[in-house]
Amino acid sequence: MNQVQNFTKGFIKENPVFILLLGLCPTLGVTTSAINGLGMGLATTFVLVMSNIVVSMVRNAIPDKVRIPAFIVIIASFVTIVELMMQAYTPALFDALGIFIPLIVVNCIVLGRAEAFASKNTLWSSLVDGLGMGLGFAFALTILGGVRELLGSGAIFGAHMIKGDLMLVFVLAPGAFIALGYLIALMNKLTKTS
Amino acid sequence: MEYFVIIISAIFVSNIVLAQFLGICPFVGVSTKLSTAVGMGGAVMFVMTLATMVTWVLQYYVLNPFGLGFMQTIVFILIIAALVQMVEIILKKVSPALYQALGVYLPLITTNCAVLGVAILTIQKEYNLLEGVVYAISTAIGFTLAISLFSGIREHLDLMEVPKGMRGVPIALVVAGILALAFMGFTGLV
Repeated sequence: MNQVQNFTKGFIKENPVFILLLGLCPTLGVTTSAINGLGMGLATTFVLVMSNIVVSMVRNAIPDKVRIPAFIVIIASFVTIVELMMQAYTPALFDALGIFIPLIVVNCIVLGRAEAFASKNTLWSSLVDGLGMGLGFAFALTILGGVRELLGSGAIFGAHMIKGDLMLVFVLAPGAFIALGYLIALMNKLTKTS
Repeated sequence: MEYFVIIISAIFVSNIVLAQFLGICPFVGVSTKLSTAVGMGGAVMFVMTLATMVTWVLQYYVLNPFGLGFMQTIVFILIIAALVQMVEIILKKVSPALYQALGVYLPLITTNCAVLGVAILTIQKEYNLLEGVVYAISTAIGFTLAISLFSGIREHLDLMEVPKGMRGVPIALVVAGILALAFMGFTGLV
């Protein structure tokens, strides 16, 4: 597999949210607006890329039996870095994402890529894989956030588009499940026919 | 009275799955049968209560006195991972019957974000140890309630005529949305 395919597979073919159904907790929890979705997606991308790089670098030094705890420590370190950085530089986003920032550490995508890809591949491939998967995740979250924001409050990225009566339920909890359900159905339809 | 408020709000008003979006993976993954859903709920309750107790003691007697608050995420996840392993080993030795019932679900719990989530939320809400334990147990009851209700619905859903593109996960998510809508009726109860 060449690097271009390695990078683009995360967007549609192996999209973490729409196809692999990984990391659903932050996907549903933070996507009340497009900007929150994008922020969460980028934070996860950073953790994914950095942990993939480090795991790939130390993959031959870690004994097989303790690899999972070792990966968890590496991931948790980068999550802590992101947490402190966001608290310092983007306090509004930090408050909006809340509990879901420390919970990046238990996001199945991050540990999944470390175990399934970075522990077996070279540094450069792991970096590209992490970047592709992370941006694919950010892409999915931004779309879901955009749809919910548009239907629920008539805006995208805070810019008002629709006036009049709106479906408030979409920015509340039930709307998250329903919107994601229909988006996955749409994605199934698109990928199966093409 | 305080405890009553904690219990009602953790089970119904801000249900961990349907209102706070934690523990969605097992909610969607192992909720196809009622019996597995109840088993998963039991395992989660066991680990969640234990994890909340241990992390609370660590936070207030180790991390805070030494000014290591920023290590919270790393320490908590390691403790939970170690705890799950330990529970598995002890249970296997002491009570094979219970291990038979909960065993298969235990490894899955390390990556269940509800466990880490509740441990962190207990600290954020500044509960004392007893309040934290009550909060953890009632959150686990809320989790079990949601996952059992959902699995009951999914068992019936298997017999329905669902449009092709909606089969499997999409229809399950829409159903979960309707269930969340029902739980919104509890808003304002406490």
